Amino acid sequence: MSPKLPIYLDHAATTPCDPRVVEAMLPYFTEKFGNPGSRNHSFGWEAEAGVDAARVQAARLIGANEKEIVFTSGATESNNLAIKGAAYMYERAPAGSGRSRGHIITNAIEHKAVLDPCKRLQREGFEVTFLPPGADGVITAEAVRAALREDTILVSIMWANNEIGTISEIPQIGALCHEKGVILHSDGTQWVGKMPTNVARDNVDLLSWSGHKIYGPKGIGALYVRRHKPRVRLNALADGGGQERGFRPGTLNVTGIVGLGKACEIAAAEMDRDAERLLRLRRKLEHAITSRLEVTKVNGHAEKRLPHISNISFGFVEGESLMMAIKEIACSSGSACTSASLEPSYVLKTLGVGDELAHSSLRLSLGRWTTEAQVEYAIENIVAAVEKLRRLSPLYDMHKEGIDLSKVEWAHH
Amino acid sequence: MAYSEKIINHYENPRNVGNFGTGEQVKKDLAIGVGLVGAPECGDVMQLQIKVDRSTGRIEDAKFKCFGCGSAIASSSLATEWLKGRTLDEGAAIRNTEIVQELNLPPVKIHCSVLAEDAIKAAISDYKKKNGIPVEDAHAAPTH
Repeated sequence: MSPKLPIYLDHAATTPCDPRVVEAMLPYFTEKFGNPGSRNHSFGWEAEAGVDAARVQAARLIGANEKEIVFTSGATESNNLAIKGAAYMYERAPAGSGRSRGHIITNAIEHKAVLDPCKRLQREGFEVTFLPPGADGVITAEAVRAALREDTILVSIMWANNEIGTISEIPQIGALCHEKGVILHSDGTQWVGKMPTNVARDNVDLLSWSGHKIYGPKGIGALYVRRHKPRVRLNALADGGGQERGFRPGTLNVTGIVGLGKACEIAAAEMDRDAERLLRLRRKLEHAITSRLEVTKVNGHAEKRLPHISNISFGFVEGESLMMAIKEIACSSGSACTSASLEPSYVLKTLGVGDELAHSSLRLSLGRWTTEAQVEYAIENIVAAVEKLRRLSPLYDMHKEGIDLSKVEWAHH
Repeated sequence: MAYSEKIINHYENPRNVGNFGTGEQVKKDLAIGVGLVGAPECGDVMQLQIKVDRSTGRIEDAKFKCFGCGSAIASSSLATEWLKGRTLDEGAAIRNTEIVQELNLPPVKIHCSVLAEDAIKAAISDYKKKNGIPVEDAHAAPTH
């Protein structure tokens, strides 16, 4: 039976809200609408009870204590608060002193929500090392060790990459940071709620995640801030009513928080089953596409990769025309080269995806309600689209005739 | 990107896809002119081949292959349709602005029509060179 179209295979961008999440949220819009900051009536108390329960649910998902959870508007805000908040708190020299304010290590293929705060700190007098990952996209503990300096104050490495799903060596990096007395922040947007997480075991001091990537609502996220060994302090970025222990003032987004909490509770209970099922579907997808189409490559590490994200490059076809040919499949595209029509992916560029594969890649990300029939439809559709475009492609003809495309003198324009 | 129906039509049913033989074969055939323009790293490469009736100087057939976006495919497909039956001079007179108008290309895709015009000129000038006809057109290989 053919599935209902279009098919959503972009769960790394966002996920639908789980109906159980929506149900948990609804009373907080209308009946339990109070401000948790209202300490002297029952409306405030029941809203506060909802927030407290959600804080426990969020903490349990990552093996933390509820006092270590700060609710934010999403992972971008969590990342900003963690990185800038820690940098300003632990700076080695004041701004304007002319001396380096401290050294920060991050990963060249972080999301912009980490790269851009780091670049801002760089402009403000901090020194930042953007570690290039290996061709498989993994940041190893060894790479971090080699970059550590006496004045390093913060390391920020994403747990898993959003474009290729590759997983870095977070527990080992954390152990190293603790040994050297450096704080480790991790952007867990793609990781938390999908893979087992325990901040104590995994040696993470600051951890960001978002509601809408784990079947919760948009506009809500969390930051874990370690309270013991070490106790991490942050400079708040906003001033106000002192909510969230002053880390993040402002009236709490109660409905969002309740939704995030419920999403965390469901994720904790179901992630193993989801991951196993999605890994099987992802393998089926990758095996079918790479065995039926030549000059096709799955990007990122073969094994150290999230079960639900697949990033595949296709030689001799151009990205936009490929997207047009699979218009019933909602997914993301990127290319490792500058294309007139698509933004090149700095992630694929950094990994050095080969020239002949540089023109088009698809990120297909599966989710809780992705079916076998949907994956089978995607396989057939993608294979047919690439074959069609290769029949049109002069580059594919040249490849077939054994011409080395890098040796051709192209008329650049 | 919101494309016109004409672009989608050419993209979905491209006209005159193909070539008149392998690279070596067409090089030797005096009736064939080949234009290969663009570069892979720019995201579009067009290959246009014309087959000329050497007694009349008319283009009797045209084929294309294109690596590029939907607009590039549509522009080169349209170029082959327009070339058939024209004399070399009539073919060389095709302007990118006519392609833009016909396909209703969005502004960011104008370069695709320029590339198609370049491909037409390159194919015609290749044919002329092969056959010892002077290539008088000073802007046969425009740079932009």
